[in-house]
Amino acid sequence: MPTDATIGSNPAPAPSSRRAGRQVIYRHSRAVRVTHWVNVVLISMLLMSGLQIFNAHPRLYWGAYGADADHPWLELTALKPDSDQPVGVARLGHLQFKTDGVLGVSKGAQGKFTQRGFPRWTTLPNDQDLATGRRWHFFLVWLFVANGLVYLVFGALNGHFRRDLAPTGDQIKPRNILRSIGDHIRLKHPRGEEAKSYNVLQKLTYLIVIFIILPLMVITGLTMSPGMDAAAPWLLSLLGGRQSARSVHFITANLIVLFVIVHVVEVFLAGVWNEIRSMITGRYVIEAEEKP
Amino acid sequence: MIDAKFSRRAMIGAGAAGLGGLLLAGCDRLSNSPKFQSFVGSAEDLTFPAQRALLAGQPLAREFPASMISPVFKSNGTSMPGSPAYKAMLERGFADFHLAIGGLVHRPTRFSFDELKAMPARTQITRHDCVEGWSAIGQWTGAPLARLLATVGLMPQARYAVFYCADDMDGSTDGSGQYYESIDLFDAFHPQTILAYGLNGKPLDAAHGAPLRLRVERQLGYKMAKYVMHIQLVDAVHAIKGGKGGYWEDRGYEWYAGI
Repeated sequence: MPTDATIGSNPAPAPSSRRAGRQVIYRHSRAVRVTHWVNVVLISMLLMSGLQIFNAHPRLYWGAYGADADHPWLELTALKPDSDQPVGVARLGHLQFKTDGVLGVSKGAQGKFTQRGFPRWTTLPNDQDLATGRRWHFFLVWLFVANGLVYLVFGALNGHFRRDLAPTGDQIKPRNILRSIGDHIRLKHPRGEEAKSYNVLQKLTYLIVIFIILPLMVITGLTMSPGMDAAAPWLLSLLGGRQSARSVHFITANLIVLFVIVHVVEVFLAGVWNEIRSMITGRYVIEAEEKP
Repeated sequence: MIDAKFSRRAMIGAGAAGLGGLLLAGCDRLSNSPKFQSFVGSAEDLTFPAQRALLAGQPLAREFPASMISPVFKSNGTSMPGSPAYKAMLERGFADFHLAIGGLVHRPTRFSFDELKAMPARTQITRHDCVEGWSAIGQWTGAPLARLLATVGLMPQARYAVFYCADDMDGSTDGSGQYYESIDLFDAFHPQTILAYGLNGKPLDAAHGAPLRLRVERQLGYKMAKYVMHIQLVDAVHAIKGGKGGYWEDRGYEWYAGI
């Protein structure tokens, strides 16, 4: 298997591509494929154990401190919490949304509606258990960091970042960015030669996720540690305090979820089996350009 | 050809869906298995030394200006120990309270509350981080633990200080719910590790752990035991109560609460 081959590299021999204009290319290197699927597992479980931890105090604040008597910018809570019929609400600043059954109040293990930030089907473990949620989270995050480092080292060495993710000078021109935005709005997917490389919005999104959001996720996680804060107080000062760090940790987690949703939708729109196969075997089918 | 393709697709689809479902259901079930819990918990063997390496230079926890003190310092866990003995002490303003320090020490000592308050004190405005996620900033005044330990003189085998408290978290009568905590000498001799008797310029109240509350500023709130009654120096914690070194540790939380 070629190790240097990624997007846009020379077509691999393609015995099945008998149809004219149909081409099979080797799209994803083994390092990308393996770290991608490891990440699918790790990020899902980090998210779920993270929601378990969030549920221990489902309120978020800005600044250095924040507890019950302080003003949260986000809160998942219950109206009439002590009654037989609590009503789940989410509060964002001064706005209040009824989110009963999902946020604030949801069904417990015995089917009884109880006060809870995120519902049990989103958390790891399902039942309220902060200690176990933390164990999972801190176990998984070591693997996540190791997996991320493997990806970064291979990406730098085999030219993945430079060749596949760095936008070309042509792509970065405002006119072409606007055109790419138009293509996305019309759900138009490139074919032929253009399909061999990522489009500019795709590249920028991946770069932001890989080099900003995911590292920020790790850094804000670390700065919630009082030990870490003693060792590197400047890091927390940069983020504006421990409760701000917790808020940013939550926001970046949500941005990752948003990214995954868009990513999966795009996979379906672009051709689900071709996309999934390319991330398993590396091989990706390029259809011929439509002739006008 | 079409059949083969179909079955391959079906396999991938079913495989992915099945794997996802199994994974999530499985993880929940695994969470309940003690063996797997301890496997996942083994990451602590990496987390603890990593944090200690970062703290090798014994940096201080950040101290804040008085303007940043939380308007209300949340009280969590026990806010009033239920025992008649405690209530009687509280009523007398802990005038007859003695802190006993014993175990692996050369001179076991009972310090009266007045003696403790007469010692050179340390005052620090620090952030308290609860394992649940909230934080509060408060000004703590107390006797540095290092000084007390120097007074009693540690034997060479002493490795941990164990703090026994007046509150019973479960309201048990057999002492099984009695709060206790332990720290090692690395934290015990840290200059910000104090036995606090004052909060925000006032005598410490019952809700926040009167008469004495341990402050271990580089760790989470549950390490900072309230209602400290006596301290034992020991060489290991596994023979004490649940064997994990603290009330919450015996219930699944990490002994080293640096994160």
